[in-house]
Amino acid sequence: MGAESSPKIAIVDESPIRAAILEEGLREAGFTDVVRISEMQSLLSRIYALDPDVIVIDLENPSRDILEQMFQVSRAVRRPIAMFVDQSDAASIQASVDAGVSAYIVDGLKKERLKPILDLCISRFNAFSKLQDELDRAKSALEDRKVIERAKGILMKLKGLTEDEAYVLLRSTAMREKKKIGEIAQSILTASELLK
Amino acid sequence: MTKPLHIGFIPLIDAAALIVAVDKGFTAAEGLDVTLVREVSWSNVRDKLNIGLFDAAHLLAPVAIASSLGLGHIKVPIVAPFNLGLNGNAITVSPALHAAMMAELDGDRFDPMATALALRRVVAARRKNGVEPLTFGMTFPFSTHNYQLRFWMAAGGVDPDEDVRLVVLPPPYMVDSIASGQIDGFCVGAPWNSIAVDRGVGQILHFGSDILARAAEKVLAIRQGWSAKNPELVAALVRAASRAAEFVEQEQSQPEVARILARPEYVGVDADVILRTLQGRLKISQDGTIRESSRYLLLGREGAPWPDPVQAAWLYAQMVRWGQATISAEALQIAKAVFRPDLYDAALGRNGKFKDAPHAVGAFAGPAFDADDIVGHLAAFRIGRWNP
Repeated sequence: MGAESSPKIAIVDESPIRAAILEEGLREAGFTDVVRISEMQSLLSRIYALDPDVIVIDLENPSRDILEQMFQVSRAVRRPIAMFVDQSDAASIQASVDAGVSAYIVDGLKKERLKPILDLCISRFNAFSKLQDELDRAKSALEDRKVIERAKGILMKLKGLTEDEAYVLLRSTAMREKKKIGEIAQSILTASELLK
Repeated sequence: MTKPLHIGFIPLIDAAALIVAVDKGFTAAEGLDVTLVREVSWSNVRDKLNIGLFDAAHLLAPVAIASSLGLGHIKVPIVAPFNLGLNGNAITVSPALHAAMMAELDGDRFDPMATALALRRVVAARRKNGVEPLTFGMTFPFSTHNYQLRFWMAAGGVDPDEDVRLVVLPPPYMVDSIASGQIDGFCVGAPWNSIAVDRGVGQILHFGSDILARAAEKVLAIRQGWSAKNPELVAALVRAASRAAEFVEQEQSQPEVARILARPEYVGVDADVILRTLQGRLKISQDGTIRESSRYLLLGREGAPWPDPVQAAWLYAQMVRWGQATISAEALQIAKAVFRPDLYDAALGRNGKFKDAPHAVGAFAGPAFDADDIVGHLAAFRIGRWNP
């Protein structure tokens, strides 16, 4: 690899969406030589065939241990790699483990060239988890709304209330008991199941 | 209750003492508030322990030593005040390799020297016929599995770096990989050997205890700095793990232990397979042949939990033999100091080595291990990547 050319980066990730987000980020930052690996079967031979300079892997991936083998000098390993760490770099490990990503550097690439790549991966991984959290929250909000609708229906039927009155009753009960409206609604559904 | 502790583990049977200690409330009885965190790779366990996301972990004994020596990774001193298990591994080969080896076997099929020599003949025949070298899976470069496989085949004259391929595979991938023919055999801990046999894709060739009578497998690993600052917490953890290890070994409690471990948040495999493992009764081939050994897996018996520095020295000697570490008296001292019988003894109010504990290593080949003369010991082995 010449000093001017873009290092070849392999992204090992079973989540295609996250891998795509990462690839896009790397390309925007000018790293044009990016390959995604989402299939873990014979990972080592795939990596040898690609011969990347940098390997990025998510920490939920059991195959991370396979990469650790490439630190070793043996017949099975052609070009030794190292994890992007050294004694002075505890902060980088902390940040990458927190974000859920790890990067390996293949023999020959200068460490300072990896730093911007790792930083970018960390920020993209963090962005992805934030997205995932928002998605989860949106999903549970939707669930809550469905439960509240059903609880309102039960109150309207049992107590002869209008929809607005049923909602006010739910809300005031929630405030009094210091609970979420969704939780009160859920307990109404549970109670009505039991009393059927 | 003390501050909350996070302890990482890999879903394997030898995490039993930790899992049972928490699940049966033994840690709570010691005033500890422990959350177990299931992990997917040894690299993750090591890194999360190193940077302090975990206070303690179920860890491969050689990884604790490698981390203390700074091999392959940043140097973080680790101590092991409790040995979570001795032995428990097995070597499984594909039915095809098993048949080829049995055809070449001269001697008892449970004699590791006889099988290693048979492997050598199979390897030679393949080379002569221009067939690809055999590939064996193991779980981590710094693992007893790696060293057991290497020790075994090298004793028969097979060079593990030249004559075959050794590849790292996560334990849950072993069975699929042997089924698909990507590997011809593997050395892994329970329950994966049994699962390969149950699926008809592997035959258990050897128990790890055929190769080494007593081999330190997983330890309760703690950062040295944390351990020095929190001696009461370490002692409480050791006591809870010790109580659990004894519970796990009681015949009447084993069905319950198997049910606990079988739960998806722990090991997540069939309780019957786990029970057979705890009893040291393994189905070794698809025809239902059962092989029993009281030495297959030692969790709370025969002084197994006592972290023996001689074990640490043997593991370090393997790192030297296979070119992972250079030899020095200082490194040997660091390796031995990872295993801390003093912390174990202090926590349990006892003193010194277990009287009923037999020889520390007990390898099937070569001279008896001498922790004070690693150079002399290694000189007895012809095959190795070691430059004296």
